[in-house]
Amino acid sequence: MQVDEATVKRIARLARIRITDDEAKGLEAELTSIMAWVEQLDEVDTDGVEPMTRVVPIKLRMRDDIVTDGGIADDVTRNAPLSDDHFYVVPKVVE
Amino acid sequence: MTASAATEPRRKSASLISGATGDWEVVIGLEVHAQVNSRAKLFSGASTEFGSAPNSNVSLVDAAMPGMLPVINRECVAQAVRTGLGLKAGINLVSVFDRKNYFYPDLPQGYQISQYKQPIVGEGEVEIDVDGDVIRVGIERLHLEQDAGKSIHDQSPEHSFVDLNRSGVALMEIVSRPDLRSAREAQAYVTKLRTILRYLGTCDGDMEKGNLRADVNVSVRKPGAPFGTRCEIKNVNSIRFIGQAVETEARRQIAIIEDGGRIDQETRLFDPQKGETRSMRSKEEAHDYRYFPDPDLLPLELEQSWVDELAKGLPELPDAKRARFMDAYGLSPYDAAVLVAERESADYFEAVVAGGKAGPVDGKLAANWVINELFGRLNKEGLEIGKSPVSAGQIGAIVGLITSGTISGKIAKDLFEIVWAEGGDPVTIVETRGMKQVTDTGALEKAVDDIIAKNPDKVEQVKAKPTMLGWFVGQVMKASGGKANPQAVNDILKAKLGI
Repeated sequence: MQVDEATVKRIARLARIRITDDEAKGLEAELTSIMAWVEQLDEVDTDGVEPMTRVVPIKLRMRDDIVTDGGIADDVTRNAPLSDDHFYVVPKVVE
Repeated sequence: MTASAATEPRRKSASLISGATGDWEVVIGLEVHAQVNSRAKLFSGASTEFGSAPNSNVSLVDAAMPGMLPVINRECVAQAVRTGLGLKAGINLVSVFDRKNYFYPDLPQGYQISQYKQPIVGEGEVEIDVDGDVIRVGIERLHLEQDAGKSIHDQSPEHSFVDLNRSGVALMEIVSRPDLRSAREAQAYVTKLRTILRYLGTCDGDMEKGNLRADVNVSVRKPGAPFGTRCEIKNVNSIRFIGQAVETEARRQIAIIEDGGRIDQETRLFDPQKGETRSMRSKEEAHDYRYFPDPDLLPLELEQSWVDELAKGLPELPDAKRARFMDAYGLSPYDAAVLVAERESADYFEAVVAGGKAGPVDGKLAANWVINELFGRLNKEGLEIGKSPVSAGQIGAIVGLITSGTISGKIAKDLFEIVWAEGGDPVTIVETRGMKQVTDTGALEKAVDDIIAKNPDKVEQVKAKPTMLGWFVGQVMKASGGKANPQAVNDILKAKLGI
């Protein structure tokens, strides 16, 4: 699969990564070769094969409905660049 | 879903909107987000309590700190299964959690954990009743997902404030088929869905707190034509607004099409103040959610035996309860529907029927008293049934006193007022305050004789015009202070007047 420049820019935008036009050109080639490498998997016939979701036979663990956490607003907001009264404060995002 | 509208019989509630080029039909499907009733969040042990101090119900998982792993809350899964069963839907014993990727400050993970291709609940159905037509609304699916946090925009001109207390609380997204054809049908559907959820105890349905909210998909078409392009109106948070949003959006689309324009599929916002919907263009690009299975979570596998156990524990649901009320107590469809709309009302009614100390009372009379006297009074005072100063036992006792002929219907209303204001046992009040109906024939005959003696002119009139009898009954009732048994008075009068 050929990854073109527009696709690179769109992926970057969706991932919120700023890239220059020069970088986009480089990434075009890199991503295309990564895709080509992954595409080797297409050679395997997987018809009727369940997707593998685990390598060891374990099941999803569940918790009981008990409140065991919280009350740590200081810790939660400690790394925030800006906070006020335990709120995270971010640049205005109103529509 | 095929557009088979041409062959469907039209139903009364499927209103058409007339435009310049003729009639238009509105097609509506809803995605309802219902907050799961649980103590802790879907994937963390933080509390779901509403109205707590900012970021106090947040664990390091909810704040998406590096290395934190989600562990699913069994009760949230049980609630989704119960809801699925209540919607007569298939339960998928294997379902998968996916990541829905987008950026927003109140979504610290950068993705919402949701279910995309394999939801926990499959196809079901909700029956609604509009203008006497029973409409079956298809449910496409129900899936579990995380709620986002809350952004507050009015605290500062340059900044938004983010509170993650709601972040990670479990939501059920319930997706309907596009089976609704008017604002009223959409409202009836959400109302019914809310009732079912409240009966099941899986969501409290509190729309003011945002615990139940709907994304409304609206399109228009000429009757019988294929579906038009739809627009999605996000986050409508009251039944009234759902109706308004549908009407407003349908008219906007009709105007565009009739002007020769084309509807763009997009996300819109309903503004109740301005009474308009407007585009949320900025959301468009984010629509590439790049779903993929969440590598932190194994597939959710359920045992059929566990599902069966949950099914056994389900309460009687509104449709079944309504049918039983009509069958067992002879209630009208309307009265039965009013009583089952809230589980509390239905329970209260059945407690009334159980009666006071004297035993069970007549269901129809009990329904009249609960709906007309009690609900009327509660509405007037702005009280909920749980806060009623008159207990079901007390109403049961009053109804019992009427049925046994101990008091008249009129005195019963006075008695209700006394019990409302002062409380007490209705039977004792009737005894101590001399409210018993007079059925003593001797005393009634004397009262009748007095009235006849005093009104010879009326006696002449009644012989020519028997409907005048009512006047005599009224006079005797008045003389007895409302305590005479009207039927007994009627009988004595007829005998004495020879009519």
